[in-house]
Amino acid sequence: MAFLTDRKRVDGLGSAKTGTEHHWSMTITSVALLILTPMFLFAIGPLLGEPHADVVAGLSRPFPALVTALMLIVGFHHFRLGVQTLIEDYIRGMTRKIAIIAMTIISYGLAATGLVALAQIAL
Amino acid sequence: MADVNRGNRPLSPHLTIYRPQLNSMTSIMVRISGNALLLGAILIVWWLLAAATGPAYFATVDGLITSLLGDLVMTASVLALWYHALGGLRHLIWDAGYGLEVEAADRMGWGMIIGSVALTFLTIIAI
Repeated sequence: MAFLTDRKRVDGLGSAKTGTEHHWSMTITSVALLILTPMFLFAIGPLLGEPHADVVAGLSRPFPALVTALMLIVGFHHFRLGVQTLIEDYIRGMTRKIAIIAMTIISYGLAATGLVALAQIAL
Repeated sequence: MADVNRGNRPLSPHLTIYRPQLNSMTSIMVRISGNALLLGAILIVWWLLAAATGPAYFATVDGLITSLLGDLVMTASVLALWYHALGGLRHLIWDAGYGLEVEAADRMGWGMIIGSVALTFLTIIAI
């Protein structure tokens, strides 16, 4: 005979109750990125392949610096949430946990790297 | 019982069961394009870091980003960015409860494919 109740057996195995937050965060960042993406392409696109002095001068201007900073913050936050869903759909168990942790570190690491570089150029 | 079939449940997308449709294919491509953008994003961050570091290091990264391979990755990234943006727009429209009929969904699917290619050409021409 089983000493565990059915309730006890399934407790903690269902939804983590945070899915709504994840979805809403994706909704907000996706709207923000729809506005930011064209601005980012037009701010950064012309600078790609230009000489070092021109790139530094271009990124020192307020608008390209602002758009790039926002793109780094919002873009990598959106990417972290998206890649988490990808991992959760295809990977199980400990590998899933390691992959989510690794991608979170990579996402925020890249965003911070870009922001520090931008600050050193623009300020 | 609660523990029937424990640990042997299928993972979410049953790719081998459904016949490929415009809807599912465009949706899968949204996922692939979004996650593949990591490559282009790494290159841009590296380029920013190089610009902050100095002219000598910048020359190395600039050489990579303007090489044939760099051009290829950047062009593919622009296409992925536009496609993913249009896919996100379709997602927002669906979330709001519009465009869920098959014809409307199909129209938006073709709109994403054609629109992203057109916007990529426009971006490359304009920049």
